[in-house]
Parts: sequence; C-alpha cells; structure tokens
Amino acid sequence: MADEVQQLNRAFSGLGGLGVDEPTMVSALARWRKQPEKRSGFRKGFPGFFKSHGEIDRCEEEYMLHLAAEFARFKNLMVLWAMHPWERDARLAHHVLHQQHPAAIVVEVACTRSADELLGARRAYQALFHHSLEEDVAYRARDKPYCSLLVGLVTAYRYEGPRVNEEVAKAEAKALGAAAKSADGGGGSGKKLVENDEVVRILTTRSKPHLVETFKYYKEMHGRHVEEDLSQSSGEETLLETVLCLAAPAKYFSQVIEGALRDGADHHAKEALTRVAVTRSDHDMDDIRAAYHQQFGAKLEDAIAAKAHGHYRDALLSLVGAGK
Amino acid sequence: MATLKVPATVPPVADDCEQLRKAFQGWGTNEALIISILGHRDAAQRRAIRRAYAEAHGEELLRSITDEISGDFERAVILWTLDPAERDAVLANEAARKWQPGNRVLVEIACTRTSAQIFAARQAYHERFKRSLEEDIAAHVTGDFRKLLVPLVSTYRYDGPEVNTRLAHSEAKLLHEKIHHKVYSDDEIIRILTTRSKPQLLATFNHYNDAFGHRINKDLKADPKDEYLKTLRAIIRCFSCPDRYFEKVARQAIAGLGTDENALTRVITTRAEVDLKLIKEVYQKRNSVPLERAVAGDTSGDYESMLLALLGQE
Repeated sequence: MADEVQQLNRAFSGLGGLGVDEPTMVSALARWRKQPEKRSGFRKGFPGFFKSHGEIDRCEEEYMLHLAAEFARFKNLMVLWAMHPWERDARLAHHVLHQQHPAAIVVEVACTRSADELLGARRAYQALFHHSLEEDVAYRARDKPYCSLLVGLVTAYRYEGPRVNEEVAKAEAKALGAAAKSADGGGGSGKKLVENDEVVRILTTRSKPHLVETFKYYKEMHGRHVEEDLSQSSGEETLLETVLCLAAPAKYFSQVIEGALRDGADHHAKEALTRVAVTRSDHDMDDIRAAYHQQFGAKLEDAIAAKAHGHYRDALLSLVGAGK
Repeated sequence: MATLKVPATVPPVADDCEQLRKAFQGWGTNEALIISILGHRDAAQRRAIRRAYAEAHGEELLRSITDEISGDFERAVILWTLDPAERDAVLANEAARKWQPGNRVLVEIACTRTSAQIFAARQAYHERFKRSLEEDIAAHVTGDFRKLLVPLVSTYRYDGPEVNTRLAHSEAKLLHEKIHHKVYSDDEIIRILTTRSKPQLLATFNHYNDAFGHRINKDLKADPKDEYLKTLRAIIRCFSCPDRYFEKVARQAIAGLGTDENALTRVITTRAEVDLKLIKEVYQKRNSVPLERAVAGDTSGDYESMLLALLGQE
C-alpha cells in the first residue's frame, strides 16, 4: 500500500520532476475502484498536496497551482509544436516583452534562427500584435544597457553565404579584445561592454560564418575564448548569450536544457525545456544532444527520462530524437 | 503617380532584345533606340528583356550597356534598367562606401520605400555584394550617424494603419523635450524615429505641431550647417512629404552653376515609376517652370534625352 501511495505521489509530481505521470494515475483509478480507504490513505500520505482540516484533508491552494502548471506542460508543448514556426517565435518574443521574462529568449530567437526565419517571425509579430518587433523591444528595453544590442539583433538580416574576409575578421577580433580591456568592469561610471559601439556593431551586423572566424582569431590572439572575456562583469549575461547563440548554439541550448533539468530550477528555466525541444527538434537537435553529452557527461535522453514524467516525458523524448 | 510612358501596344520581348542588340552593334551606338525602348518599359518589362537578352546573346544587357556607353548617360540607363530592389542596393552600397555626412541616400531608401521594398533591397544587397547592408553601413559610418542610420535601414516597420494616439502624444512630448535640451542623438529620439510605423510617426509629428504651435522641423534648425540635424530633418520630411523632399533634391541638383548629375539621376530613376508626376507638380509650383524645361536647360545630349523620356516627355 505504501508503495502504491508513493507511486501515486510521484505521479502527481510530488518529487519536483516535470510533467505528470498520466498512466500511473489512470491505473490507480482502476486499482482503487470502490476502495475509498485507499484514496484516504493517499491523501494522508501526501502532506504537500493535502492538509488536515479537522475531518477532511483539503487541497493546498499552492499545490493546485503547481499541479495546473505540471499538467499543462504536455498541452503547452503540443500547442507550441503545432504552430507555424514564425508565429511560435513571434509569440515567444511577445511573451518576453509583455511579461517579466528573461530577455535571453529574444536573444535566442534573434540569433539562432536563419535570416529568413527571423524575418518571418517579425512579419508574424506584426500580423499578431500590430507593432513591429523592434518597436516593442526598443520600448521595453529603453532603460537597459543592452537595448541597442537587442534592437540590433532582432533587426539583423545577416548575409548567409560562406564568404568571409579574413583580414576584417582579424581586425575585428583585435577590436573585440581592445573593447574587453577598456570596458568598465562594473561598478564604475564608464560605459559597459554591452554598450560598446564596436562590440554591438560586430555582433549585430556580421554574418555568422564571419563571427565564427572572428572568434577563432580571438582565441589565437588573446589565448582565451571571447565569451570568457565578454562575461567579465555581472549584467553582461546578454553579451554572453549573444556570443554563444551566434557561434555555438548547440552548446547554448544544451546549457539551457541542463538549467531546466537541475534541482531547484525555477519556473522560467523549466519552461525553457519545452521551448528548446520544440523549436530545435527539426534543426540542430542532434548537435545539441552531442553538446550535452560532451558538457555534462550524460545522455540527454537519460537526463530527461529521469526528470520528466508521463506524456510530457514521452513527448520530449520523441522531439529529442532518442533512440535514432 | 508615375511619369513613365509605356506604349499602348508593347512589342514582344524578343523584338526589344533584337533592337537593343542592333543598337549596340557596329561602330558607335544607337543611343536614341536604347532610350526609346528602355525609357518606355516598366520594371516587369525591363526584367523580361534582361532575361531574354542574356539567353539570346549569352551576355548581360547591363554589360553591353557599360561596354558601349559612358558617363552620366550610362549611369542613368544602368540605374533605370535595374530592378528597383537592385537599384536601391547599388545606391546604398555606393552611399555606404563613399560615406560622408551630407549623404542622404540611405535616408531616402529607408524612409520612402515600403517595408517590403526595403527588405527586397536588403536581399538584393546580399546577392550582389555578399554582405549585409547593415554590416557595410556599420563598418563605414561612425559616431552618431551610425547610431541613427544602422537601425534606420534595418527596421521592418509595421505597415498597418493602426495608430496609438496616446503614444503619439507622449512621444511628441518626449521628442520636444529632447530637442529642447539639444540631445539630438539621444537614444529615445533614435528609438522613435527608427522603430515606429509611418502612420504612428505622422500622428506624432501632427501632434507635435498641435501641441507646440509649429512643426518639429522648425525646432531642428538650431545650427543650419549641422549635417546630423539635416539628416534628422530629411528623415521627417521623407515620411511626411516625400514629393516635396524630392523636389528640393532635384531643385538643388539643377540650381546654380553646374549640375549634380548623380542626385538628378537618382531622383528621376527612383521615382519615375512612383511619384515623379507629383514631384513635377511641386516643382512647377515652386519654381514657375516645368521640371522638364529646367532639366533640358541644365543637361545635354543623350543624358538629357534619357531623363526627359523618364519624365514622360513624348
């Protein structure tokens, strides 16, 4: 009996996982039919969900909200999956701008989509919200130091060919190094690195192949990866996210996923798991799996299977391409 | 309204190609023939001719043109024959490479084309120059001009009619405040000018006039020689009254000693299929003489004939 109760507890995500274990719940319905005492035992054995109130064990409000979120994970995934990618990206961006979500989502959409996918998302944004994406980003971020970087990222229409001018890439690697040196380390009155005109120019206008070359030269010239130098002060997460998304998106996404799966992940971090799985499934999910394995020493599908439950887990595993 | 005159019955594309080929062959070139054909075909027709010419003769029409003719006439014919998107890409590339603060070409392209047209130009830019437009502008333009021009060409403005009146009021107030404090390259001014939709901006400028008793451009004349302020005023005029803006460009190109052929060619070739008729009307009103007469008086030869053809003269 204790085992069954434990199982049902876990099915109701009592152990901090993601999603709910629908099959276990359904089988409990069958097994415990016409046995109200079993249900009563379950309620008594689940203090987080139910609180004793004299004769009745009533539901905790907070837990009900938590349950709603967990039950909805699968629904959210399916709806996000069904949408056209342009609408999907437009809604993700809009959500960020009109709630208090992390700006990283805007960076993600702007930097990891192809030039035409980003344009499509911008068109979808206009059709849905009657403003341009850049209008809303510029307005929302207007007091933030990363404003011009963010606006530049979402308005970019990068050249997508492979041609790179090596001399320019070298010169810009040098410029980035100089900028990193001269930037105020935080706490002073100088301009932050994320506001540096040259840094913004290079990151928001150059093509992705060009940036990859530039970052390679940076490592050669300065002995460190550009992302190490660009994240020297706090509040520069936007710069770091930008560089990762542009040059090593698979690594970036694997980090986002790890953030969702670790203990104590917050609401936004967990939501990111659905977002990454749905938006990258058709694109670079294989690279993300490889990057995850390299960085965290475990298989992505195993990590997901350990933390997620029920239909949500199965949906994630399908998107992630486990067992291919 | 366009000034381009296309014949009622257009000859088949193959005939046009053949005639053009004949115009280039032998000693010298039959410039009149070139003008009579290309100067009387719209963008779709010119595109079809270019395609057919390349297929039939194994050479690009534009290549034949550069080989056979030269000078201002060549530039006018090339710019005219190009697709509007390619034309804008070529003009923008030139403006970026040879950037100087008095250059307004990028402003014209960013503020008098529709969002779709600007984007088509950016795509054409990729194909032709293997870099993005914003990349080149950012690399060649510096300081406040870069801060203004890069977002100006990168934006994809909402193109619907919806206007938020409350926002127009508050942003007019904001603009007034910043201008009053002479912080002309303030982030907020740039944000408003480079992201808001055209109807929203027009509402904002109208409200500025209502609330403060005069047009916003009047407050941007603190230093008449300042090129940055001139650029801001140009942006606002391109949105509010493009025909008057272009009339002024044409007038200044013609007036005084000598002619600014590049500016004149640019106005005529980029507006002939758009609103050159309106521009002509403004010119006549302002200068009491038709634009064609002024052009004829200031230019000569084949260049003059080409411009007059595009101005709709028979």
